[in-house]
Amino acid sequence: MDVLFSLFSSLPLAQLELDFTIISADIPYIVSGVLTNLAFTLVSALFGFIWGTVLAIFKISAIKPLQWFADFYTSIFRGTPLILQITIIYFATPQLLNYPIPSFLAGVIAFSLNSAAYSSETIRGGIMGVDKGQREAAQTLGVKYMPMMMDIVLPQAFKNILPALVNESIALLKDSALVSVIGVEELMRRGQIVAQREFIYFEPLLVVGVVFYLMVIGFTWFARRFEKRMRFSD
Amino acid sequence: MIKVEQLSKSFGPLEVLNGITTDIDKGQVVAIIGPSGCGKSTFLRCLNLLERPTKGKIYLDEVDLTDSRTDIRKARQNIGMVFQHFNLFPNMTVMENVIYAPIKVKDMTKGNAQELGYSLLSRVGLEEKADIYPSRLSGGQKQRVAIARSLAMQPQVMLFDEPTSALDPEMVKEVLDVIQSLSETGITMAIVTHEMGFAREVADRIIFLDSGRIAEDAPPDIFFSTPKSERACQFLEKVL
Ligand SMILES: Nc1ncnc2c1ncn2[C@@H]1O[C@H](COP(=O)(O)OP(=O)(O)O)[C@@H](O)[C@H]1O
Ligand SMILES: [Mg+2]
Repeated sequence: MDVLFSLFSSLPLAQLELDFTIISADIPYIVSGVLTNLAFTLVSALFGFIWGTVLAIFKISAIKPLQWFADFYTSIFRGTPLILQITIIYFATPQLLNYPIPSFLAGVIAFSLNSAAYSSETIRGGIMGVDKGQREAAQTLGVKYMPMMMDIVLPQAFKNILPALVNESIALLKDSALVSVIGVEELMRRGQIVAQREFIYFEPLLVVGVVFYLMVIGFTWFARRFEKRMRFSD
Repeated sequence: MIKVEQLSKSFGPLEVLNGITTDIDKGQVVAIIGPSGCGKSTFLRCLNLLERPTKGKIYLDEVDLTDSRTDIRKARQNIGMVFQHFNLFPNMTVMENVIYAPIKVKDMTKGNAQELGYSLLSRVGLEEKADIYPSRLSGGQKQRVAIARSLAMQPQVMLFDEPTSALDPEMVKEVLDVIQSLSETGITMAIVTHEMGFAREVADRIIFLDSGRIAEDAPPDIFFSTPKSERACQFLEKVL
């Protein structure tokens, strides 16, 4: 720590004088913004997962138009910046539908649609990874397509890709800072608000960074443990 | 019971089955044997349309399975199949494996299905394993559960594709014993197997496949003592 500190202070340009006293009263306000990010991530991950599963089923279906739709959809959402998708949904909705969409809702919609595009690929891979004998056994018993998917194929697919899905959700948590651009008062936005009011930038943003980092590291650690448990139960 | 007419199946340029014509009568037990890669699995899988025949017709009790208007899912309920690699559902317990299809497909009540499940599990000697997951069973036990699962749909025909080939030698007998006891119940069976002793003992008829054709079709005593075709002689020399 001392070494690090002396390294910083010896840099000629960086007169590093951190002073958290100015923002100390604002720190609870900034930190509690993470609740918004968490709510946001949870809701988006959930809807993204459901819609992603539907898209994955489209992708493997024998019906060509469904395949085309799902592939096209995925290419759009993977081929454009997420920040653009967020702003388009936020600003275009009032213009097109004459509905002043709340920024949180706009963010959730953009994130869900975007996360569905990514997770649909993961889920498709998971479905393909389920032994083909499983479907054959179900077909041989006369089981219909939907129950076969819901009761036999998808549970196995989800189990196999759970680590990947958790990683995607963690990435989503980090990306949730992007909704600050449409004014959602989450962690990042709160840091900026305080920064602009107090005319100090480094300290509030450092607080934001530390909270994100701790959340991500914490969730990753939990995910690893959980994954080990799942392995063990096999 | 089953009538196969001029059945052919190709995978792209590869002709696997070449005009197979045969009948299997009700209650008959047919063993299908032949060298590896000769099309035994493909033939069996055509019988329940897991593979779509390229040409030819398959009738089950007068119903043409190859007709596009036939409800294959309905027809399959009458044709049980047991796979080399068991294909039990790993996310369900043994009992759930057995009662899943009767409940989902035949709308049986859970109570009735469970009663049926217990009687079938005890028939294969595994009623005390009802509540555990397949991953904790031995290979022989898995295959016995798979047989019980098939029987739960009360099919008229049972197809077995090398049911003991993936098993450790000491487990082969327990599975063959179950199949043998089934054969005595009068259910129609087609069994692909490499167990010649078993085929000889259990089957009413041996079909010897060679390069996608029926090279020989005879009762076991005749087939094993005086095979007609040269290919069958060569094959028997190797395996006996
Ligand atoms: N789905 C498939 N696609 C392409 N070739 C296949 C497929 N299934 C089987 N074959 C080929 O058909 C031939 C017969 O296979 P199979 O019926 O499994 O033989 P057997 O069960 O007698 O060993 C083999 O050459 C195999 O490679
Ligand atoms: Mg085979």
